Amino acid sequence: MEALFAFCVGILTTCGIFLVLRSRTFPVVVGLTLLSYAVNLFLFSMGRLSVDSAAVIGANSTYADPLPQALVLTAIVIGFAMTAFVVILSMRGRGDLGNDHVDGRIPDHSSLTDKEKS
Amino acid sequence: MSLFWIPLLPALGVLAPLLSAKLGRTQCAFITAAAPALSLLLVLLMAPAVFSGETLIVSMNWVPALGMNLSFRMDGLAFLFALLILGIGLLIILYARYYLSAKDSMGKFYAYLILFMTAMLGIVLSNNLIQLWMFWELTSISSFLLISFWHGKTEGRKGARMALTVTGAGGLALLAGLILIGKIVGSYDLEVVISSGDLIRAHGAYPVALVLILLGAFTKSAQFPFHFWLPHAMAAPTPVSAYLHSATMVKAGIFLMARFYPALSGTELWFIIVSMTGLATLLLGAYTALFKHDIKGLLAYSTISHLGLITLLLGMDTQLAAIAAIFHIINHAIFKASLFMAAGIIDHEAGTRDMRRLNGLWKFMPYTATLAMVAAASMAGVPLLNGFLSKEMFFAETLHQHTLGSLSWMIPVLATLAAIFSVAYSLRFIHDVFFNGEPIDLPKTPHEPPRYMKVPVEILVGLCLLVGIFPGLIVGKLLFSASSAVLLGDVPDYSLSIWHGFNLPLTMSIVAMLFGIIIYHNRRKLFKFQSQFPETDAKIVFESIIQCMVRGTQKINAYFENGSLQRYMLMVLLLVIVFAGHPLLDLLQTEGTRTQLPLTSLSIIMATLLVLSAFATVIWHRQRYISLLTLSVVGLIVSVSFSYFSAPDLALTQLSVEVVTITLLMLALFFLPQQTPKESSPGRVARDLGVAAIIGGIIGTINYAIMTRPQLSISEFFLENSKPGGGGTNVVNVILVDFRGFDTFGEILVLGIAALGIFKLINRMKVFMPSGDSKGINWTKDSHPMILRTVSQSLLPLALLVSAYIFLRGHNMPGGGFIAGLITAVAIILQYIAHGVDWIKPRLKINYQWAIAIGVLIAAITGAGSWLFDRPFLTSWFDYFSLPLLGEFELASAIAFDLGVYITVVAATLLILANLGKLTTSHRPKMEDK
Repeated sequence: MEALFAFCVGILTTCGIFLVLRSRTFPVVVGLTLLSYAVNLFLFSMGRLSVDSAAVIGANSTYADPLPQALVLTAIVIGFAMTAFVVILSMRGRGDLGNDHVDGRIPDHSSLTDKEKS
Repeated sequence: MSLFWIPLLPALGVLAPLLSAKLGRTQCAFITAAAPALSLLLVLLMAPAVFSGETLIVSMNWVPALGMNLSFRMDGLAFLFALLILGIGLLIILYARYYLSAKDSMGKFYAYLILFMTAMLGIVLSNNLIQLWMFWELTSISSFLLISFWHGKTEGRKGARMALTVTGAGGLALLAGLILIGKIVGSYDLEVVISSGDLIRAHGAYPVALVLILLGAFTKSAQFPFHFWLPHAMAAPTPVSAYLHSATMVKAGIFLMARFYPALSGTELWFIIVSMTGLATLLLGAYTALFKHDIKGLLAYSTISHLGLITLLLGMDTQLAAIAAIFHIINHAIFKASLFMAAGIIDHEAGTRDMRRLNGLWKFMPYTATLAMVAAASMAGVPLLNGFLSKEMFFAETLHQHTLGSLSWMIPVLATLAAIFSVAYSLRFIHDVFFNGEPIDLPKTPHEPPRYMKVPVEILVGLCLLVGIFPGLIVGKLLFSASSAVLLGDVPDYSLSIWHGFNLPLTMSIVAMLFGIIIYHNRRKLFKFQSQFPETDAKIVFESIIQCMVRGTQKINAYFENGSLQRYMLMVLLLVIVFAGHPLLDLLQTEGTRTQLPLTSLSIIMATLLVLSAFATVIWHRQRYISLLTLSVVGLIVSVSFSYFSAPDLALTQLSVEVVTITLLMLALFFLPQQTPKESSPGRVARDLGVAAIIGGIIGTINYAIMTRPQLSISEFFLENSKPGGGGTNVVNVILVDFRGFDTFGEILVLGIAALGIFKLINRMKVFMPSGDSKGINWTKDSHPMILRTVSQSLLPLALLVSAYIFLRGHNMPGGGFIAGLITAVAIILQYIAHGVDWIKPRLKINYQWAIAIGVLIAAITGAGSWLFDRPFLTSWFDYFSLPLLGEFELASAIAFDLGVYITVVAATLLILANLGKLTTSHRPKMEDK
């Protein structure tokens, strides 16, 4: 099970990072969301995986590690706030700059290499 | 305590000339001189103590945690330098009074000069390494101001910049070296450092520390190959040159070497570096000086050569050499200051410093000429003058050298060679200027300077003679106490008498005299020979190196900082690969020993779904709407997996956040382009995929490696104390509102700030609102469908009830303020979607900004409440009560805190979404021009 979990975290990270590297704001926001899923799962798994052992006293015989859960819970909420901030920022950026490119301007020829652009 | 006043008086005295500049030139000079004169008096009062071998130390706590004390120390070496700095400084003040013209701002000049004097005193008196370095840097800065005093002149500016760059860079090396020494010794206290020489020399970092400190000393003391800044600093007014290049600035590097002599010298490395650098500088300076046509240029190279001589002496492996070095420091300061002043007088009265034009000045200023001749003779090492004595000691020491093994005979030979040139350029200074025919085309008719301009020169030349004739009487004690400070009391016998009998050093002196005269006599041939070499202007070389560096850094900067966020992101990620991936190379076994959970078919199905929808999100990321839908599938599976792996609170939170996030993204997408253009080249896509896959692989591997290893957790504490200490059985919630309540408080604060930030961003946002979808089909007119309206309205009370239930049970069962807040927010958002902002507005009159503030305040007040009971912030309280009908129930102060969390979460979420939603109701701008 651990291998499968780690595999999923790896896949989510890969997909998130690929999208974060795109040139338009919306895919970047989507990528950040994917990445935050991966990060939350990763942090959560620091308490190790366990089944049927919710950290509620008296409910089961063993308990999962409650500390990473508490940390991830706030991380999820803060993550939402940050996603919201970024997406609104990208809207504002488009409104003020006239495009939704992450660099704030659309390169003249997208076929140019980075060096030529700079 | 009077030791504190020695640097403090001049420090305060910096203001004196500025305030008194309006009173007149003579008054200004007198008032300026008051502070250094008092300091000099204080120094002299300490003479008996210092001569009896005492070391006076005062210190005051400054930053004790960093080992920084404001601490001053007076021993023989510091006494000697303080005497030179203040004594010659006072003469310079008098001299500058007549040198500066009416156009120059005298107050400013004196202020810079006193500032520089303070910095020099700080260096020689400091008892703390870092403090010493700070004064060291202050000399660099104040000398920059002095050298560029005539900032209208290009040479002044360029020379000052060069001096600052070279000595400043050396200063940085020095700082690194001093910190290293401090680390080795474990103290920045100079007293401790000096006495732990063995510890330092035995340490592995000794060579590094030595080279760094010597870099600082060599740049400051203009040692080869850093000597080039000194001649260009001659663009300064002559009083500055006389001060900086005789007794102070350049002597700071020498002082540093003498100061650290007990701690650093005594190794092969020290002797090789210091003596070879000194020898090279000595020869180069002496040879070049002969060819300079500018009097000050000649003196500048002569200074370089004498500094090389002192460095060479310090680098020799004998205690007598160190004594000779100190003796020459005194003598060089005296005769070089007087020579610079004489050069300034000539420049002042004749209008030029070019020796090709200055000839036969004897007729016009015989008195000045006599003074200059005595000083120059001292520089050349003529008997009965002070220069002779230390040069004789120098020759004697060169004969005892073994540093170079069987090649050691070269040192006395090369020393004699340098002395020959020294005699030749001294002769040129005298003969070319005061005799040798008639002056050629001088701007002014030269005459003797004002009476008091000669006084400082007279005093110094008098000292040359006195020291030369009665050395033991005049400087005996001074030299002994300074040597004893450098050699830590272990001073061998030495003789200061003029006549040592007819020996080898005397022969060397005679040879130097004879050949010096011969070389000077045949100088035309030498000049001709020298003129074959193209003269390189150090200024041009230096400037081009600087320009080269500037261009280089600009290029690097432009490459790394080209304004492309995409580029920055990639670089950050590449660094992640380097730093996160590298340690994994050392991890031999990925899998740990912990027993793993068995795979279930359900989990395999879920994982497949997760991976497929994540891939779908990437593959269809250009179709933004579709990728958003697949993204929501990923989020759902994540929340299911939280639930599966025993984290019900997380599952509930993730689920409700998911709803809010996707709603928000959809709303945002409404205002953004629906499609992403195809921009990335195939190469870039492949590159990004590669980077992403490598990082994904690294993260997955780390995750697997950690999960399969046994865990050492502090969670036992929380599990044990949750019920007895926090009064709740849901440990996650108890951690949030009780154990780690302060963290949670910070989190809701961040949430509130983010919401307010978003509110400001939305304010006055220029958005374009499409009237139809991407295919051009208009939106439906029925924006709020009947069924949704009816269902959502009836759902609202139910949803609020659920959220109240989740909130209340949170302490003991999965739930709590975060989750309840999100559920409430979702319920209200549903109303917004179903009915529109216009419908909600009159029905729900809540100012969300205020609500955020109230939520945070409730949480803060609950936390602060525990102060009333003398408990730390956010200590929780709980007890059990029983009421009829309801039975026994629990009340905990944590629930009030959780209420604050709840209100903040609801308000922040709604502030974001409701405000974004409002944008749809404003009047629609025209279609976006493609």
